[in-house]
Amino acid sequence: MPLISAHAKPVASAHLPEHPKDSPLSIHDLTVAYHRKPVIWDIDLNIPEGSLVGIVGPNGAGKSTLLKACLELIPKTSGLINVYGQPYQKQRHLVGYVPQRESVDWDFPISALDVVAMGTYRRLGWFKKVGKKERAKARKAMEQVGIGEYADRQISQLSGGQQQRVFLARALVQDAQLYFMDEPFAAVDAATEQAIVELLKDLRSQGKTCIVVHHDLATVSKYFDWLILLNMRVVAAGPTKEVFTRENLHKTYGGKLDLLDSASLALAQS
Amino acid sequence: MSWTIFDTWIAVTGMLCAISCAIPGSFLVLRKMSMMGDAISHAVLPGLAIAFFATGARDSFPMFIGAAVVGILTALFTQWISRFGQVDRGAAMGIVFTTLFAIGLILIVRAADHVDLDPGCVLYGAIELTPLDMVSFGPFELPRAAAVNGATLLVNLAIVILLFKELRLSSFDPALADTLGFSSGFIHYLLMTMVAVTTVAAFESVGSIIVIAMLIVPAATALLITRRLIPMLFIAAAVGAASSWIGHFMAIRIPPLFGVSDTTSSGMMAFAAGLLFTLAWIFAPHEGLVAQFLRARGKENRIPESTTQSPLR
Repeated sequence: MPLISAHAKPVASAHLPEHPKDSPLSIHDLTVAYHRKPVIWDIDLNIPEGSLVGIVGPNGAGKSTLLKACLELIPKTSGLINVYGQPYQKQRHLVGYVPQRESVDWDFPISALDVVAMGTYRRLGWFKKVGKKERAKARKAMEQVGIGEYADRQISQLSGGQQQRVFLARALVQDAQLYFMDEPFAAVDAATEQAIVELLKDLRSQGKTCIVVHHDLATVSKYFDWLILLNMRVVAAGPTKEVFTRENLHKTYGGKLDLLDSASLALAQS
Repeated sequence: MSWTIFDTWIAVTGMLCAISCAIPGSFLVLRKMSMMGDAISHAVLPGLAIAFFATGARDSFPMFIGAAVVGILTALFTQWISRFGQVDRGAAMGIVFTTLFAIGLILIVRAADHVDLDPGCVLYGAIELTPLDMVSFGPFELPRAAAVNGATLLVNLAIVILLFKELRLSSFDPALADTLGFSSGFIHYLLMTMVAVTTVAAFESVGSIIVIAMLIVPAATALLITRRLIPMLFIAAAVGAASSWIGHFMAIRIPPLFGVSDTTSSGMMAFAAGLLFTLAWIFAPHEGLVAQFLRARGKENRIPESTTQSPLR
């Protein structure tokens, strides 16, 4: 008898882990205001680990603001943000960031490889130079996203899609657990879009979590397991299948019918 | 007028000044903050004046401190005014630097009664007088201005060599720099301090107005010629050095051709820098007018082939 009970215990607890893992990102009561005008309000979120999370919402909904607040690039008015159960300041090394492509000057005199190698800087720390090891790592990441041959090009000589892949390769080199990506699919060619999707799935299979600002409602249910519908407040958040509904989209986008038409098309397809 | 050892010293002083300006200047141009160099070079004036008042002498060290403090304040005030006053950066800069410059001018005009300081020299410099004020280091004797500019150059070189990676990262992508733990704010103020200190070192020789040409023009010229950062820094330094020699040469040679005596060297140095920029603008390998013209003509020749396949035909 004691044998059976000793054996039964771990089987029962297999469904409920004894040490519940901290969420990669948990946000409690976050409000961000700019010139006293709130941009995002009362955000409460718990992102499950190992998921591809989409953030959608109309222009000015505060999607980028939410990312930047999580990364402490802009001050928050109130609220609490934890990364794997700890404040961001302590967990920086676990977080990677892919900013919007337009956020930098692509005429800057720098090669694609040098941009990708920036992902190694945190580990290098102050003063230390990029060496052979870092360069090899950057080259490998560029090959992984299919732009290996453009390593020595000056970045203005790359197409929009290639530039976006440079940013993704840089994020790969950072070797983070949680990625924030701001509109990586914006204005890229079909091949790049496919490369990004493959990359996201690859990251997910390694147990990493990606939070992606997205603008194309037609591809939402294809790309993301989890969805945040944002319009200053969180309208709905949860598994895409549950929250990507006509009703929720109506609440998020209001009366913008042309957008909703493409969305309903996408819903019909899924 | 023949070239003498004095002329060599004047050109060397100008060259050291131009090279030390080219380093922070290149990063200003890349950050699209060229006007910040203008603002700081003017705004350091009250710092200098206060240093004069405090020490009663044209001693370099207190002047550097005063300038660095006011330089950082300029950058800080600009940030504050644009954030809390809700005006754009350019307007905020205009408010800050003109106000500080005015305070500086008032102080200097007052100070001129008490200490040996000429407002004209502050604005336009007196590079022709540099060989008259020599200092000696052991067996070597060189103009004090050359020593001051040389020392600034060494400091700027040390900073750019040690922090090249950080300066480039925060100039290209400040948000990423912050998320990687390299404070872009710290690097911003470091650069502003470099600009302020370099400006002060330069102001005695070329004055607070011409120094803007040395900060910006060689860097802008270099950016027309290359699309790599390290070559850009070297080319900017070379353009600065060349404009100093060419400028002084023109200052003593060209006016006599018209029967007048020589003109201001610092003015001619800035003019020479502008000339080199114009040359680069016309002849630069990829961005230049000639290269663009040739490319456009190359395309024109190819048009017949492509139009035959055009669906519009």
